[in-house]
Amino acid sequence: MSAPQITDVDVPEAGDTAGVGRALGDYFKRVRGGDVGSLPAILGLIVLVALFSVLESSTFFTALNFANLLNQGTAIIVLAMGLVFVLLLGEIDLSAGFAAGTSAAVLAVTLTKWGLAWPLALGAGLLTGTLIGLLLGILVARLGIPSFVVTLAAFLGLQGVMLLIIGEGGTIPIQNDFLLAIMNRNMPVWTGWLLAAVVVVGYAAVTLRAIKSRRSAGLASSSTTVWTAKVISIAVMLGVAVYLLNGERQIVRAGKQTCVVMGPPNEPVGCIPVIQGVPWAVLVVLVLLVGLTFLLSRTSFGRHVYAVGGNTEAARRAGIKVSSIKITCFMICSTLAAVAGVLLASRDNSVSPTTGGAQTLLFAVGAAVIGGTSLFGGRGRVVDAIVGGLVVAVIANGLPLITSQSGIQYVVTGGVLLVAASVDALSRRRTSASGR
Amino acid sequence: MRVARPLRHIQRHRTWCISPRMHSYLRESDPMTNPSPILELRGVNKSFGAVHVLRDVDLNAYTGQVTALVGDNGAGKSTLIKGVAGIHSFDSGEYLFEGKSASVHEPRQANALGIEVVYQDLALCDNLDVVHNMFLGREEKKGVVLDEITMERRAKETLAGLSVRTLQSVRQQVSSLSGGQRQTVAIARAVLWNSKLVILDEPTAALGVAQTEQVLNLVRRLADNGLAVILISHNMNDVFEVADNIACLYLGMMAAQVHKKDVTHAQVVELITSGRSGDLGVQPEVLSNGAIA
Repeated sequence: MSAPQITDVDVPEAGDTAGVGRALGDYFKRVRGGDVGSLPAILGLIVLVALFSVLESSTFFTALNFANLLNQGTAIIVLAMGLVFVLLLGEIDLSAGFAAGTSAAVLAVTLTKWGLAWPLALGAGLLTGTLIGLLLGILVARLGIPSFVVTLAAFLGLQGVMLLIIGEGGTIPIQNDFLLAIMNRNMPVWTGWLLAAVVVVGYAAVTLRAIKSRRSAGLASSSTTVWTAKVISIAVMLGVAVYLLNGERQIVRAGKQTCVVMGPPNEPVGCIPVIQGVPWAVLVVLVLLVGLTFLLSRTSFGRHVYAVGGNTEAARRAGIKVSSIKITCFMICSTLAAVAGVLLASRDNSVSPTTGGAQTLLFAVGAAVIGGTSLFGGRGRVVDAIVGGLVVAVIANGLPLITSQSGIQYVVTGGVLLVAASVDALSRRRTSASGR
Repeated sequence: MRVARPLRHIQRHRTWCISPRMHSYLRESDPMTNPSPILELRGVNKSFGAVHVLRDVDLNAYTGQVTALVGDNGAGKSTLIKGVAGIHSFDSGEYLFEGKSASVHEPRQANALGIEVVYQDLALCDNLDVVHNMFLGREEKKGVVLDEITMERRAKETLAGLSVRTLQSVRQQVSSLSGGQRQTVAIARAVLWNSKLVILDEPTAALGVAQTEQVLNLVRRLADNGLAVILISHNMNDVFEVADNIACLYLGMMAAQVHKKDVTHAQVVELITSGRSGDLGVQPEVLSNGAIA
């Protein structure tokens, strides 16, 4: 109420095609008003990459390491994408890591022990995740138990279920070519370029169409200059990434991860053929990004998720079925955790009781929050998970190159998460302060 | 509940003995130029357990008019409004909408009739923009995809129809709006659905002077645009500024529903505090019999 008073002045808006200056101005206004989005994460990513490149230029900023980094980050990114849905509600899912592990265990047992065809085994693994999510969602939404407690119980319980499925101490190998290819094989060079081209053209077409139809309806739209700038910057970023990945990664340095991670499976270490191309896992992330972004921003379900996270009571009064929205979000989260579990199994060529354990979940929550998803609910995007996941992966990948002390890595990751949570809390305060 | 029922029955009966006088009074003094009210409540009662909250309350709301509903805390204003909105149903009495008997036991049924309520807390989502809030739960779609263009256009039309010029952009997040602007959005949302009766619960309670003025102007425009408006307010200045007629609740009884021109500020205050003012309001024997139970 103490804010500068509103005047009865009509602000012209229709057909307004302001230039880049106006767009930038609006953006700064939003950031100052507390809507920082993934800006801190992007800045952090740039700083970290620059830092590691300077400190460890010979190893960090190489094509091989870039591919490694993606490989390490993929599962965390997918897990974080799922967590975004739960975090948007203002809830938390601590069990997502072991939901990933349990689903991977179901996949491994049905595939290797029962000898099911891989699509069936994959389906069984993903369905396991969905069912876990359904159970969690019902407990949270219908019984009204805080999600922290429900998922903490599931965190412990699923760890046990996983052990029971796998058998104590055992490790189940995965020998299916298709499943192993996801994390271990790369696209042919031309496919990588084609993929980049499809993404850029697709993005350009969709956004241009939105601008056109808004203009023809006489509504305010962003300028074509801004659109061009966005399309070009995306094209450049993807171009650089694909170029790096398409380069020969055959190593001079005998790194410990090189053969295991990048080499084709079942070949002894050290006899690696030409390695080049975009990892297939990138396609998985891309498909999920497009699909889930569509779901969150273009459908009424997505709108309702934001509404429930922003003001549950308002959503209820607007006739939104709050509990079914919550249950669906938990199901999406755990299903994506199952996808992450498949990726982990594919990366490790096996499923063991540690799959999805250790810091996997904490890194994923960190990724979502670092990327700009609010822990208070109501704010966040799927793409945040990718930006945040890359930050986490860069730290996990870059620090060991500098120091051999794993303690430092934990401390730094923890610190970054704390910084991200502080940015979140401060921007929230800012929003409510600028509100009235 | 079982114990309460017979008691309530006696009470109702007792009040009923005297209320024909009230009824005839209401009818005589019915100041409305429009003879048929869009909403007509006849002798509604509501109890919560042993507490008899509403006693044979009559209320009329007319198209194109603002009906102010006044009364002290605990007089039953909220209960009456919640009954109209279908949040809970009345125990007895007639509920007529557009002259026809209506059964309203759920908010959806009230919405279907064209009744929208703007609650005091507004029920807006801070993290969504104005358009999203106005269409929340009733989004326009093309297939499965949200039809943002249609929604934005309709939102702008509605705001323009209410001569709202205080919003910079309908794509602003609600968190960046002032209290008055939020109230405006909540009211515009209520109007969006071809509603016929809009109920506003203390819309100016938390606003500053300038914003109160804006919201009151908006309330007046709603009525001038052909809607029936029920305005709950504690503020006599607001009531006398925008209302056409004033319904005054006193201890769960309708003390009087009168035309604004027929009463003074002081009389309304007297009706609120003691239930009567001169020959207006609840007669002393009703008070001694029914009210203090």
